[in-house]
Amino acid sequence: MNAGLPILRLGDILLGGLPSDLDDKTALALTDELTTRIANEGIRGVIIDISRLEIIDSFVARVLLQLAGTGRLLGARMIVAGMRPAVALTLTELGLQLTGVRTARNAEQAMELLGWRRPGEAAEEAPHAS
Amino acid sequence: MLGTDDSQVRTVLARMLEEDRSALARDWAGQEPRDGDRSGQELRREAVELLVALREALTGTLPVSRIVDQDPAVRDALTSLSERRARAGAQPSATAMAILALKRTMLSAIERHTDDSALRYRAALLVNELLDSAGVLTFEVYSAGRERIIREQHSQMLELSTPVVRLWRHVLAVPLIGTLDSARTQVVMNSLLEAIQANEARVAIIDITGVPTVDTAVAHHLLQTVSAVRLMGAECVISGIRPSIAQTITQLGIDLSHIVTRGSLADALATAMQLLGDSAHPGAVTG
Repeated sequence: MNAGLPILRLGDILLGGLPSDLDDKTALALTDELTTRIANEGIRGVIIDISRLEIIDSFVARVLLQLAGTGRLLGARMIVAGMRPAVALTLTELGLQLTGVRTARNAEQAMELLGWRRPGEAAEEAPHAS
Repeated sequence: MLGTDDSQVRTVLARMLEEDRSALARDWAGQEPRDGDRSGQELRREAVELLVALREALTGTLPVSRIVDQDPAVRDALTSLSERRARAGAQPSATAMAILALKRTMLSAIERHTDDSALRYRAALLVNELLDSAGVLTFEVYSAGRERIIREQHSQMLELSTPVVRLWRHVLAVPLIGTLDSARTQVVMNSLLEAIQANEARVAIIDITGVPTVDTAVAHHLLQTVSAVRLMGAECVISGIRPSIAQTITQLGIDLSHIVTRGSLADALATAMQLLGDSAHPGAVTG
């Protein structure tokens, strides 16, 4: 049941990170743990930081997709953050576009997407946007 | 029988190369058309180097047909000769002809050396075999050098033609120029994705003003790049679609509807600003 990976809870958001090399068993255990926690703790958003993941295969990609699908059914949005260029290239070559999974550049941007925001930041971000 | 004859011929030739080396070199260098940069001395030095290597090889045990290919000294002498001449701007045929000119020099030296006509004949055959393959080798070296230069220039061109520029904080642009084939797509994708990671970009603009035509292959490569950019967590805008290209895309039935496209880079930048503004306001981004 326990994947051995740290999962932080920030309010109604869960924040987890994947190791550099993720094996199938850990991936499945992580899915189990996250799904249970989403349901039990009333989670609204899940962020998975994959900035350390260097190799991805179709199995892990599918696990991420399924996790996003399951999360949506339970009312939580899932965001994959910090994908490395090499991983993005591999996924594109495999034709796996993670449709339905929201991506963000890093965990901070993912938090913003879920509604978290540092005060006084908007003006600095895009000076001529308004 | 043939083996002993062969070794006899080789001994004679080797002795001739040893004794007449400087005369042969002078004679050979004298046959070359003289041009400004190359002194007669340099030509002679080149000739002596090759003749010494040939003599060493003839006293060795390698069969004549394999000397040029497998004897390292002969090979080195020929390779450096060919490369030097190629750098000096000589045509490959001129270099090969120079090697073949050595034949005439050597044949007349053989005539001086022996009166035995059978020996002369066999020596002539051997010299022919040796120098023909030497001529071929110089040609090969020349074209291999050319190929290498072409490959280097090709890869340099690939890198030169795909700069990733930072237009604004979190906004990157890639002005594409020229046809987009799969090799270039790889380079563009690599440098774009690396830049997205380094700059924490949120919007990447691909400007195709400089792409002459968009067919299904090019569109496929664009779509691939867009989906890779999205996986990285950035939004992708394609700009610089000319009216004629827009028509082609519609006629070919390529579906770009899920991609943000803009006419000009300026419009794309405005859209990028809008996207940035949206993502700064919570809840405004559609999932």
